[in-house]
Amino acid sequence: MEVEENLQMMADKFEIIGLHVRIEEREILKGLDLTISKGEVHALMGPNGSGKSTLANALMGNAKYEVTAGKILMKGENMLEMTPDERARKGLFLAFQYPCEVPGVRMSNFLRLACNARAGRELEVMDFYSKLEEKMKFLEIDEAFMKRYLNEGFSGGEKKRNEILQMMMLQPEFAIMDETDSGLDIDALKIVSRGVNELRGPDLGILIITHYERILRYINPDFVHIMVDGRIAKSGGPDLAAHLEEHGYDWIVKDVEPVAAKGEK
Amino acid sequence: MSTASDQLLRGQYKEGFHDDLKIVHKVPKGLSHDVVDYMCDVKDEPRWMRDFRHRSLDLFLKQGLPAWLPGLRDEIDYNEMTYYVSPVEKSARRWEDVPAEIRRTYDKLGIAKEEQKLLGGLGAQIDSEMAYHNIQETLAKQGVVFLSCDDGLRQYPEIFREHFSKAIPPEDNKFAALNSAFWSGGSFVYIPKGVKCDIPLSVYFRINAEQFGQFERTLIVVDDGAFCHYVEGCSAPVYTTNSLHSAVVEIFVKDRARCRYTTIQNWSTDVYNLVTKRAFLYKSAVMEWVDGNLGSKRTVKYPSCYFMGEGGHGEVLSLASADKGMWQDAGAKMVFYAPNCTGRINSKSISGHGGRASYRGLVQVNPPAGNCRVQVNCDALILDERSRTDTYPTMEVDGDLATVEHEASVSNVSEEQLFYLMSRGVKKEDAVSMIVNGFIEPIVKELPMEFAVEINRLINLQMEGSVG
Repeated sequence: MEVEENLQMMADKFEIIGLHVRIEEREILKGLDLTISKGEVHALMGPNGSGKSTLANALMGNAKYEVTAGKILMKGENMLEMTPDERARKGLFLAFQYPCEVPGVRMSNFLRLACNARAGRELEVMDFYSKLEEKMKFLEIDEAFMKRYLNEGFSGGEKKRNEILQMMMLQPEFAIMDETDSGLDIDALKIVSRGVNELRGPDLGILIITHYERILRYINPDFVHIMVDGRIAKSGGPDLAAHLEEHGYDWIVKDVEPVAAKGEK
Repeated sequence: MSTASDQLLRGQYKEGFHDDLKIVHKVPKGLSHDVVDYMCDVKDEPRWMRDFRHRSLDLFLKQGLPAWLPGLRDEIDYNEMTYYVSPVEKSARRWEDVPAEIRRTYDKLGIAKEEQKLLGGLGAQIDSEMAYHNIQETLAKQGVVFLSCDDGLRQYPEIFREHFSKAIPPEDNKFAALNSAFWSGGSFVYIPKGVKCDIPLSVYFRINAEQFGQFERTLIVVDDGAFCHYVEGCSAPVYTTNSLHSAVVEIFVKDRARCRYTTIQNWSTDVYNLVTKRAFLYKSAVMEWVDGNLGSKRTVKYPSCYFMGEGGHGEVLSLASADKGMWQDAGAKMVFYAPNCTGRINSKSISGHGGRASYRGLVQVNPPAGNCRVQVNCDALILDERSRTDTYPTMEVDGDLATVEHEASVSNVSEEQLFYLMSRGVKKEDAVSMIVNGFIEPIVKELPMEFAVEINRLINLQMEGSVG
């Protein structure tokens, strides 16, 4: 019975254990631990250069980011052995800080291919389009959007809304949102937040990476973590974010002992 | 192992088979005036054509290759080629009259009589001769002529002689001379004044013989205010020896007329494809070349627009994909002799598996041409480090008020794009194919649906394993 319970628990968790990551010989993450359970929203905050985006990229499997130690487990499975597309098909999603443009690839074609990949089968065309239409309405996205090329010529706000649309269509089990709020005006931020709140529920664990507390006024996190110099320096409840808003990052940065990079010990 | 059989082994070139056909006419290998005479006798040609052919052969033998054209000097042994081979006696009007074994070849290539239902006309050439040429009755009733070029000479001697070799004389270049000496097959198209031939006239060229030279000749006259869309495709068996395809295509787009000429070239990688294509545009005429080069060992081809009358508009959309063992030397020419004309060249090339793609272009504005505008865009995508791309644009502007713009870019499949697509669950090879197909989308969207599908299929085959 106990084994089954353990398996059940693992099935609901995304675990980052002692993660070390380097880019071009420079160690950025220096032993990061974080566990996200389904149904939870975690906010990861931190000053510029603390390694937030590195974490997002490493979790999704960007080959430029080399994991030198530690583990990433999703539902108990070792993510480090998987390519980004395998991770995505298993239910991981990353909303990019800077979604890139892919000229000549139509939004509708791309989304259909991605949804089929995630589902592991060819979805009924009618079902796909009716779901798409519903989600687009919800995010106040114009129909003409689907005929455009993937992110090409999109405004900053359109790109971010597109990320949320993809997230709604792909129905991940764990989602990482990398500074989705940056560069958004208040109306766009509200729409994006509405999308995330709509998705929020017992089947999804969310990690919101942000520099500012602003987005957390619209999406209430269950937990807030502060990242400094490649590690989680402090964890707490929603009040931690409010405290940061008031006092900035300085007080906590001062508290943290600089960590010797791996290999320099 | 040769690249051609390698390609066949990979199962990528499904047109690479050959059939043992009964040969009706075949000349001994090698170039000679005897071969010219034999062809003239078989075709029962008028004296002027016989003289023209002999003169052209002399020009070919005298003429060197253009200085700007790299390679080819010692690559082709002209005396190892056969210049006239025909498995048919004459071009049939009814599919049933095409010899059964040739019908079987076309069935395997997916060119069947059924296809004709979607087309204004269908032609099919095998080796030196057209096996089939027919046109929808409604178009024939409007006076549209769609014949093999040989039948054009026989049945419409006046229109034929008025235009033949006027856009591309045998003196133009060595390969035009070679074609002029040994031309056989190809199409003769005449669209009468004001007739809009909205459904495409389609022709398929097949080489079946080995070490053979195919010299089809196409002459298209679109009379005042008329329209036509001509579409051609081609393929050849995979042999270990080389073949030569050297076509000449001359188009006359008369006042206010419009012509679109679409090519999907998919020769096997043992075919040298050395083609001269040129359109003369008269007053307010519109010419559009859509030129897709996906096969051959070496292609040398620059579809051209010669602006002979005021206010014309010419476009060349060029798409080249150079896979292993291929060199696509493609591009376009815009030559202005009249004022107030506009031209646009949009070229996209992909090179992978060590292939080479070159854009070679000429924009020439001559003194009588004022107020002309040309825009040239060429974009190249390189899939790996072994592959190569180059751009050779030439601009010769000797006229007032000419605006010439040239933009070029070279790119790789970016890691960032790959990561983005893969992060959505798309497998790497599918992501590469999405990016590459996206790159050529601006040209593919101009193609008829079935060609667009075929291009995407061919490109995806060439993509396999190209990004490590």
